[in-house]
Amino acid sequence: MIRSDVLKTLIPLISDELVVTNIGLPSQEMHLLDDQPTNFYMLGTMGLASSIGLGLAMAQPKKVIAIDGDGSVLMNLGTLPTIANNQVPNFILLIIDNGSYGSTGDQTTYAGMRTSLADVARACGCDHVVECAAEDTAAAVKDALAAEQTTVIVSKCESGNIKVPVIELDPVMIKERFMASVAG
Amino acid sequence: MSVNDVIMDAMIENKVGFVTTVPCKQLAGVIEKIEQSDAMIHVPSNREDEGMGLCAGAFMGGRRPAIIMQNTAIGVTINALATLIQYYRIPLPMLISYRGEIGEPVACQVEMAVHTKALLDRMAIPTYHFHEEEDADELPAILNHAYMARKPVAVLMDAAFWKGY
Repeated sequence: MIRSDVLKTLIPLISDELVVTNIGLPSQEMHLLDDQPTNFYMLGTMGLASSIGLGLAMAQPKKVIAIDGDGSVLMNLGTLPTIANNQVPNFILLIIDNGSYGSTGDQTTYAGMRTSLADVARACGCDHVVECAAEDTAAAVKDALAAEQTTVIVSKCESGNIKVPVIELDPVMIKERFMASVAG
Repeated sequence: MSVNDVIMDAMIENKVGFVTTVPCKQLAGVIEKIEQSDAMIHVPSNREDEGMGLCAGAFMGGRRPAIIMQNTAIGVTINALATLIQYYRIPLPMLISYRGEIGEPVACQVEMAVHTKALLDRMAIPTYHFHEEEDADELPAILNHAYMARKPVAVLMDAAFWKGY
């Protein structure tokens, strides 16, 4: 399974949840597969999906799922100790780990070589870290949504991309409709 | 009243509900007060661009954010400012210790000080420079201005303002 296959399996679970999606193909694929006002699409700023998700989860009580990539987490590795030391009951970080920079030509990341992001998350102090195969991701997300604890899920999937259009929504529109969903 | 209390009062008056910090010696006093305050969530960040992500999320969650950092952070936050804070129109007061100004003992700090105002100007970020203690009297209005305009706003607080290092 590639990332878009994993996202398809998640849609019945997360369609009504607050979701922050990483720059590039993860946002574009979510936008194509299941555009919702409850999705916050990052149009730039690689690395910050997990930080935006954590800030959102800390500021209000609804569940928040940040869908990030291995390359992006590696770019902002400092996010894992911040998550570990500020654990809230309503935050899920889902790292779709395909071992590659999918949006830029599938170059291998260090997570696709010797580095285990699940081990890094545990070493940073995250208490609930789940590494799973791509096909088990939906079950892991379902469990995390039912639990009242910060959960980091590392979903190991294959590298590969589907053709998707860029997101033409205005950033302020994305933000405003997302904020209305948060407040609603 | 100490400048640290003036800064705290200004934030409480403006209902700042989420503060992220990366420390600087000059900011130690105010960071301690933020940590002790029940009025706002305090999340130390490891890097200032990470902090801007946290602030963007907190704002969308209904809290007024602020970031406290050193001016060297301007060098690592240009992309986060342009493509997240400015692009999505997220208000973000940046309370900045302005290292490398007159009285600075560490020569390397001057190297970013000479670029600080130029970079903020280039980014079209409203910038206020606190030099005298009473300059802080304007802080409540500056914070209000940032939230009203939905923009990042920089407050540079130099060594004279902090009465040394």
